[in-house]
Amino acid sequence: MDTQRRKFLKIAGVTALAGIGAPALVRLSSSTALASEHGAPPAAEHAAAAAHGAPVETAPQGVRLGMVIDMRRITEQPELLDNAIAACNAAHNIPQFDNRKSEVKWIWKAPFANVFPGESSYHLAKSVEKTDFAVLCNHCDDPPCVRACPTQATFKVKENGIVAMDYHRCIGCRFCMAACPYGARSFNWEDPRPYIKKYNKDFPSRMRGVVEKCNFCGERLALGQEPACVEACQGTGAIVFGDLNDAQSEIRQVLDKEFTIQRNASLGTKPSVFYIV
Amino acid sequence: MIEKTLKGKPAYWIWLAFLGMLMAVGAACYARQFLFGLGMTGMSRDVSWGLYISQFTFLVGVAAGGVMLVLPYYIHDFKAFGKITILGEFLAIAAIAMCLLFIMADLGQPLRALNVVLHPTPSSMLFYDMIVLNGYLFLNILCGWVILTAERKGVHPPKWIYFFVYLSIPFAVSIHTVTAMLYCGLPGRHFWLSAIIAPRFLASAFAAGPALIIIASLILKRVAGFDAGKEAMNKLVTIIMYAALLNTFFVLLEVFVGYYSNIPGHKHSIEYLFFGLEHHGHVYDNLVPFMWTSVVLNFGALGLFAWPYARKKNEFLLGLSCVMIFLALWIDKGLGFVFAGFVPNPLDEITEYIPTANELGITIGIWATGFFILTLLYKIAIGVEHEMEQ
Repeated sequence: MDTQRRKFLKIAGVTALAGIGAPALVRLSSSTALASEHGAPPAAEHAAAAAHGAPVETAPQGVRLGMVIDMRRITEQPELLDNAIAACNAAHNIPQFDNRKSEVKWIWKAPFANVFPGESSYHLAKSVEKTDFAVLCNHCDDPPCVRACPTQATFKVKENGIVAMDYHRCIGCRFCMAACPYGARSFNWEDPRPYIKKYNKDFPSRMRGVVEKCNFCGERLALGQEPACVEACQGTGAIVFGDLNDAQSEIRQVLDKEFTIQRNASLGTKPSVFYIV
Repeated sequence: MIEKTLKGKPAYWIWLAFLGMLMAVGAACYARQFLFGLGMTGMSRDVSWGLYISQFTFLVGVAAGGVMLVLPYYIHDFKAFGKITILGEFLAIAAIAMCLLFIMADLGQPLRALNVVLHPTPSSMLFYDMIVLNGYLFLNILCGWVILTAERKGVHPPKWIYFFVYLSIPFAVSIHTVTAMLYCGLPGRHFWLSAIIAPRFLASAFAAGPALIIIASLILKRVAGFDAGKEAMNKLVTIIMYAALLNTFFVLLEVFVGYYSNIPGHKHSIEYLFFGLEHHGHVYDNLVPFMWTSVVLNFGALGLFAWPYARKKNEFLLGLSCVMIFLALWIDKGLGFVFAGFVPNPLDEITEYIPTANELGITIGIWATGFFILTLLYKIAIGVEHEMEQ
């Protein structure tokens, strides 16, 4: 199971890279040779096409990455979520401000009532009431932030459904922040660099005046690694990550078996993050 | 015609110097913000738009309001507006200039502003806003200038200009409609997610713009010997009254929908604006005094407008009621509408927004810039007017 998932993540990563168009790392795909498993054209072709700016034709069943957060596990071991948040903060050079006004957060904790304001929290199960939920970008299939962005600085990666950011194109108009119904986006109100505790050279820090948010660890997927938060909870099943469109994936097996809820699904954004309460 | 701006009474120069001083303060404040980032403002992760965008929204309305002179004059041949239509067109230019400055002041990366043009994105309402705002600015500069030049030469304006004059009418409507669409198409922001936002914006615009024109005309009558004429003023008051009544009606409809449906999302922002929102034992009511001031000014002004003596015989009361309605609409749209949309945030948390001194400095600086441009343009218009009378 685990090796199968790793193989998949490699594909996801390569396709993510194809979107970014980094030719040096395309080698990864030739050694994977799994790209045709889904009946999709070899990833190298994807990459070549993307590098030339030509539109990549998507297979009818494209990859759509998603996440299931099993709150039962996190209720049992609340430190799992702390670890996941710490891993994300460290991986992405997220600044730690001491005031709420300037906060930058990719994944964070909030009570059920705040994460699901549309759901009733009247006589909520005590265990749910006491546990903090994980909050992050939902990587919507129909993201309002992408619709609102006037420069395509935030966009949906065709190959895997990740809602990504181009920090160098963002003009800082914050239209996406107003558009996001999940409060998932942060703005760099000032230079974040002095507030980064330990600098991770493998991921760029941001400059002031741009918006940022969770990127489902696109950069780690490209290296065949799991997202930082998923890795931090490894072996517990607290966070399951994978392709929602692949019937054989672990995430699909979890979704087929468990009852899950999504945040504010009534808005039609089709969130890709699911919660088992 | 630009030479007209170079000659004036001492009061003219003092006024310009005063505005210039405020502009300098604004520029200094902006330099600080440019070097530090938007953290210099009171905006936050939760209230991510503040005074800049709210002023922008309000001023788009002021600019669109100019059409209330253009439309009767050019479409219905309402001759009494002949003298002041140019004031409407020039007001639109100054207002759009302020709008663009406010947008620039609000950008986190202002040097990348051209990305909007370099990477055009038809799915974004900001893309259309850029097109219609710049289009409307261009149309008003073109029409105002060509018609004024013709007037100065004592000839009829060239026929082709009327194409642009007529085009400017749908453009005026579109600038405020598209600005409303920036807000009313966002899922999850219940206060904004209402089909009545665009009509409401237009109604308040058609009151605020003409109100400012009446105020300007009354001032120009005293300082520049420019008389807009009784008939024109009376007609403008009628327009303001109906527009303000419509706006009030639309706002009350929002209140009804919120409270009668009793859906928390629809109710919370209105509650926050007018009564304060209780949340975990704390009442958040920053905007309550402003909103009630707006209500009192709004109904007070409507009462004064309805009184024939104040409307027709007493210029002080007429000016006062116009100042009142302008302020009422400025609070309603230039403060409350934008700020309340962010309360509560999508995670049902409340962060209140209080602008910083630096932010106020920039805001005042941009308003001063707008009035500086407006003064120069009106000086030209009235200079030409006087030249014709001689």
